Order: sequence, then structure tokens, then C-alpha cells
Amino acid sequence: MARFRHLISIDDLSKDDIVYILDKAEEFEEIARGKKSNILDGKILANLFFEPSTRTRMSFEVAMKRLGGDVLNMTAQEASSIAKGETLADTIRVVSKYADAIVIRHPLEGSARLAAEFSEVPVINAGDGAGQHPTQTLLDLYTIRKESRLEGLKIALLGDLKYSRTVHSLIKALTLFNAKIYLISPESLRLPEEFLEELEGDIEIANLEDVIGEIDVLYVTRIQKERFPDEEEYRKVAGSYKITPKILKDAKEDLIIMHPLPRVDEIDPAVDRTKHAKYFDQAFYGVPVRMAILTEVMVD
Amino acid sequence: MAEKELVISKIKEGTVIDHINAGKALLVLRILGIGPGSKETVSMVMNVPSEKMGKKDIVKVEGKFIGEEELNKIALIAPKATINLIKDYDIQKKFKVTLPEMIEGILSCPNRNCITNSREPIIPRFYVFVENDRVVAKCYYCGRKIKDVDKYIV
Ligand SMILES: Nc1ncnc2c1ncn2[C@@H]1O[C@H](COP(=O)(O)OP(=O)(O)OP(=O)(O)O)[C@@H](O)[C@H]1O
Ligand SMILES: [Mg+2]
Ligand SMILES: [Zn+2]
Repeated sequence: MARFRHLISIDDLSKDDIVYILDKAEEFEEIARGKKSNILDGKILANLFFEPSTRTRMSFEVAMKRLGGDVLNMTAQEASSIAKGETLADTIRVVSKYADAIVIRHPLEGSARLAAEFSEVPVINAGDGAGQHPTQTLLDLYTIRKESRLEGLKIALLGDLKYSRTVHSLIKALTLFNAKIYLISPESLRLPEEFLEELEGDIEIANLEDVIGEIDVLYVTRIQKERFPDEEEYRKVAGSYKITPKILKDAKEDLIIMHPLPRVDEIDPAVDRTKHAKYFDQAFYGVPVRMAILTEVMVD
Repeated sequence: MAEKELVISKIKEGTVIDHINAGKALLVLRILGIGPGSKETVSMVMNVPSEKMGKKDIVKVEGKFIGEEELNKIALIAPKATINLIKDYDIQKKFKVTLPEMIEGILSCPNRNCITNSREPIIPRFYVFVENDRVVAKCYYCGRKIKDVDKYIV
């Protein structure tokens, strides 16, 4: 029996479910690196991306194909014409007749939950507006466990903590593992008070210089230009949150740096050559994690 | 006490909703779907002095026994409401409303980016629960929390 039929929100998973998926993903690493497999032979995944995505869409596609399955992709043009003419409910009803599972990214919050209601096959949420993106959270947790530690973790989240759904879901999941969480952001991009209220955990607002010597993980997110009233303000703020080798000189030997990508200026390319840089490995881990999820919902 | 409280004449049969938070009687009717187009005779008193509540509203719907599930929806705005089912001028049954876990179609989601606010064949659905002595709702679809539920009753 599958642990879940659909994967819509990380909140739907218990700590035990999360650990189960991470353990399962471990077993898929070799296949993710190219070892042949036919576990999903004959299965078809429909990738419904109503919003552009490269990494997430490609890593689902790679995961599916390396497991011997096939993928139906919808083009951006098809997506926009569907979005105009048909309800999402109808699109899902039709596509779920063609495929064995559906991956959906859609600009409206709650869209994946709706899709699950109208689908005859499992639905995996790959981002619903500012809402949820559970496979990103799972791959983040996988990276942390693999490259650092999940229990007794000290982590700093840096950048846009206000709008980043990646950060919100990750914080929630990390509280399940009793992590010590430092929040580092410009005043205007702080974690919403309302969100903080609902959390039970060891969470503290901090400065990077004060905590760099004690953290195990530095999770960096992009600060978007659109969030600022003018270009100058943006540059000032973005500049002061840039990760450089200089800032890292006081870091712990085994500090790892993560980033959901794409990055713009927030990490100096010189950091890529340090042993701390794990963001490209993190992108790779998306493949075994998605393999674990795809097989969970499609193989009984 | 009951004598003194009977501000409006007795009804032979129907549903009396007592202990409604003062000022919420109209919203109670709205939740029950009772309005200008309804055929029932409805009377309503507002701001009646009450020992337990200071002030309260009372709604009486004649000739109709409203179902318990329907009535429990009003706990959203009147958590202390008491229901009295009247038959032959006497109270047949009395109970307090209990807040349901989930509510359908009464609230609309304040999140403009929520799928329930687009053209989809679904009825908005909310988890409801008490937090810091207040009834709050959380959208089943997008997760948005509503702290001032009164404002979002459709
Ligand atoms: N036949 C009736 N027609 C209309 N209203 C009635 C009738 N009988 C009772 N009521 C109303 O129903 C409510 C409950 O009546 P009841 O006699 O049980 O009062 P009570 O003892 O104060 O009850 P409670 O403890 O619920 O406040 C009151 O608001 C009363 O006016
Ligand atoms: Mg009384
Ligand atoms: Zn909503």
C-alpha cells in the first residue's frame, strides 16, 4: 500500500512519512546516476506546467524516463489556451484518462488540491502559486540529511523569507526535526508574523556574521527585484546579502550552502569552488527524491 | 424568566434560535439561507438584555424544523446559540450548536489568488476551529486563514 495517493502539501506528511521517502530516495541514487531500470515501464506521466519551469519539470521527466516510464509534456502555448477556454477541473478529468499520474504547476493557490479531487490518477503538486511545492521541500531535506545532518541541525535561512514558499515549507518541515533555525533577511522581507505564530520551534532572527561560525547549513534564496520600490534600494539590499568567500572564512569546516536555484547574484561564483557549495548536488538530489515519489504513487 | 423573555408572541411550531451574539441575527439568517424570497414567517429580536451574555439576539422561524447540521453552521458566528424546537407551543427539544469541523459554501476565500475564486465547479470549503477563544476558518484549498469570519460570509 502506498503511503499517500496524492502529494499536495508537505503538511499532509508526518515526520515518519518524510523519513520513509528520504530512505527510499537513497535507493534510487544509482538509477538517478544512470543505472538502468524498468520499474515504471509502461507508465505515463503527464507534466502539466501552466507556469514556466525548467528544473522541476526536467527533473520529473528525467526521473520518469530513467525508471523506464514515459512523459507527456504540455507546451506553454497549450497551457495558456487551455487556461483560457477550459476549467482546470475539466482539463484534469481528461488528462487523467490518458496518464498514470499527473504533475501539476499552476499559478493559483489550491489548484493542486482541486486537481486531486477531479483526477482518476495520483496528482503531485509541483508548485501552486505562492502555496506549496512539497517535492522541493523533500529534496531540500534529503540534501541536508545527505550532506549534513537532520537531527540536531543548526540552519540559517537567508534572503526573501516573506514571499518564498520554498522557505516556508522548509521551515515547517525542519521544526519536525527540532532544528535550530536562524532567520536572516532585510527588514522588508522578514518571515510573516502570522506564519511565525503557527510554528512551534527554536526560531530566531539573526545576523549572518553572528551565526556563521555555528551553523551547519546556510540556505540562500533569491531576493527579487520586483519586491523593491526602486533599483537603487534593491541593489543596496541585495549587495548586503551576497555570499562571498570572505564571509565564509569564519564558517565551520563542514558548513554546506544550499540554494533552490536559479541564482542571480546572491552567491558569488567564487563560492562554487569551495567545499561548502552544495547547490548543484541539491539540484541532482531532486531526481532520486522524485523517483521515490513517482514509484510510491504509481507502483503498488 | 421565560415569561419575561417572550418579547414576541408564541409560535405553535418551529425553530427558536436563542443566545445569538448581539448583532448577529441577520447573519444567522443569511447562513440559514433565509431571506426576502423565503416563505417562512420569521421574527427577530435584537439586543435583548441577557443574564448570561449581556445582550443577545433571538430568531424565530415559524412552521419549520431546521436540521441540526444546518443549524450547527451558525456556530461559526454564534458559538453560544441554543436551539429550541417548538411543537404545540412547547419546547420539544433543546440543544446547543456545535462547531462543525468543516464548513461548505458559507464563506468565500479572501485570497484572490485562490482557486476557489476562479471559474471552477467547486464549492469553497473551510476547516473551522477555535483559536484564542475565537472561531477561525482555514481554506481547504489554499490554506488561507480567516480570523474575522463575519466579513467573508457570502
Ligand atoms: N412557543 C414558543 N414560541 C416562541 N418562542 C418560544 C416558545 N417557547 C419558548 N420560546 C423561546 O425559546 C427560548 C427558550 O425558552 P425557555 O423557556 O427554555 O427559556 P430559558 O429557561 O431561559 O432557557 P435557556 O436556558 O435556553 O435560556 C426563549 O427565548 C423563549 O422566549
Ligand atoms: Mg434564557
Ligand atoms: Zn482559499
